[in-house]
Amino acid sequence: MLLVSFSTYIAAVLFLFIMGFIFTTMMDYYSTGGQETTPAVVFFQYFWVPVLFMVPLLTMKSIAEERRLGTLETLLTTPVSTVEVVLGKYFAAYFLYIALWACTGGFFYILHRFAHDARFMDIGPLAGGFVFVIISGLMFVAIGIFASALSRNQAVAGIISGTLLFILIVGSNYLPGVELLHNEAMKPVKAAVDYAQIFQHLSDFSHGVVDARQVLFYLSGAVLFLIFSIFSVEVKLLHS
Amino acid sequence: MSEEVTPPPAIEVQNLVKTYAGVTAVNDLSFTVKRGEIIGFLGPNGAGKSTTMRILTGFLPATSGVVNLCGVPVATEPEAIKHLIGYMPENNPLPEDMRVSEYLHYRGRLKEVPRRKLSDRIEEVLELCDLKHVRHRIIGKLSKGFRQRVGIAEAVLAEPPVIIMDEPTIGLDPHQILIVRDLIASLRGRMTVLISSHILPEIEVTCDRVIIINQGRIVASGTPNELRREILGHSAYKLELAGEVSVLSAVLAQVEPTLVIASYSEPDATGFRTLHLTTECDDLIGEQLVRALSNDTRFRLRALAHEHPTLEDVFLAATRRTWDMVDTPSKSLN
Repeated sequence: MLLVSFSTYIAAVLFLFIMGFIFTTMMDYYSTGGQETTPAVVFFQYFWVPVLFMVPLLTMKSIAEERRLGTLETLLTTPVSTVEVVLGKYFAAYFLYIALWACTGGFFYILHRFAHDARFMDIGPLAGGFVFVIISGLMFVAIGIFASALSRNQAVAGIISGTLLFILIVGSNYLPGVELLHNEAMKPVKAAVDYAQIFQHLSDFSHGVVDARQVLFYLSGAVLFLIFSIFSVEVKLLHS
Repeated sequence: MSEEVTPPPAIEVQNLVKTYAGVTAVNDLSFTVKRGEIIGFLGPNGAGKSTTMRILTGFLPATSGVVNLCGVPVATEPEAIKHLIGYMPENNPLPEDMRVSEYLHYRGRLKEVPRRKLSDRIEEVLELCDLKHVRHRIIGKLSKGFRQRVGIAEAVLAEPPVIIMDEPTIGLDPHQILIVRDLIASLRGRMTVLISSHILPEIEVTCDRVIIINQGRIVASGTPNELRREILGHSAYKLELAGEVSVLSAVLAQVEPTLVIASYSEPDATGFRTLHLTTECDDLIGEQLVRALSNDTRFRLRALAHEHPTLEDVFLAATRRTWDMVDTPSKSLN
């Protein structure tokens, strides 16, 4: 259903346009003088820009639209279960998300081809960045699907998933600064918040540190949100 | 008894109850549908038609009661049920962005039609539903009549033994209704079809049997003819007559003792009144009536017709009957 809908292509073009823009600006910056970090590290530091609008755009339709049109009813009267429907929607959106990110690999290829400078083509941070996108995407897309399962209005679903992602990515960045958490009694909470530092995860991945705890964070988050989505779809069926 | 010999009925519903947050939508419904029958499901809005159909498909769980499709219980074997039904919900929801053939292919794969058989089967249903020339069009841009036929094509695609259609003719023009009706009639004998509708002549033409429900209960069921006799219980005649009404009763009683005047209108400019007569006699007594009235010089007869009650009259009478039944005990359902 994603590949036949027009909005997918708009989202894809928008994504590649913005990523291209970020990349070009970055290259401009590099051309004016030497920098300490490689382009790949800087490029992936902007990962949250596409995540905040791409994930909602790709996922908001998935279940909300089916429910609004009533096709969820015809879908569930075929030999498929709610679990299969949610997982199908999830993996469709996830693979599209990864495919679009894979397209940005072309930017680095072009850079490598024309710059003839080995310093720009540091394979470590580049691979680390893509691994981070692949693993974090599991959870981000699951959040989008969950938001879509909550509402029959896809605009509302988009706003919910955008907000959840914003709180998770940007909000968690500021949480350690909250005075309350420095209290001794809040130590476990502080430890949890420190784990959920998505920018820290990115920097670790870019430096080649793949921590199993971080991978587990995204995997468990994805599973949790998918279970919530399945429940949400089933509960709404019972009360429809 | 002889259940090993005869196949189980296509649809078997026993004491079905469904309540939503204290509101009883379906109240102790029981009926059986034989294989190959076309059944019309009638009832006013909110009577519980759609709810019953959704429970039959396994989409909604019932509060209590037993539903078996072809001998398979819906409650415990939902996966098996989904292979037995073709379902077209109310308003026929379809994905807007897909092409007709793409949609049928996608649904065919979902319904586990083997890949080898699928393209032949799609050709067949496109032919059956006269959709061949729109197969590459986008569904969102099709007219209502075509969309409806796409819905029917989808329902029959996997050749399920039971087809359930919720208001298949809603919002169609008379010409399109005719096409859809023929389409449904062409399934007769091959598949069991349960359709709900408001359009009564429609049901009368296509269906072998009619089930009328109101307030979640069955108020009448049978063939259209049986229903007429059961609900209305008499034949009716319509007269256009000039003369004194007060002396007419005596004349009528001579023709047939149970013949009475149900209603009459005020005389028009030429002195003729329109009268409705009813009788409990099943024989046609039009001829005797004409003879008696035209021999009598006090009356001038202009027209006489044997009134053929439509299913609409039966429906109105049947639903009114339940409202009377429901209203008398102080238990309101809505």
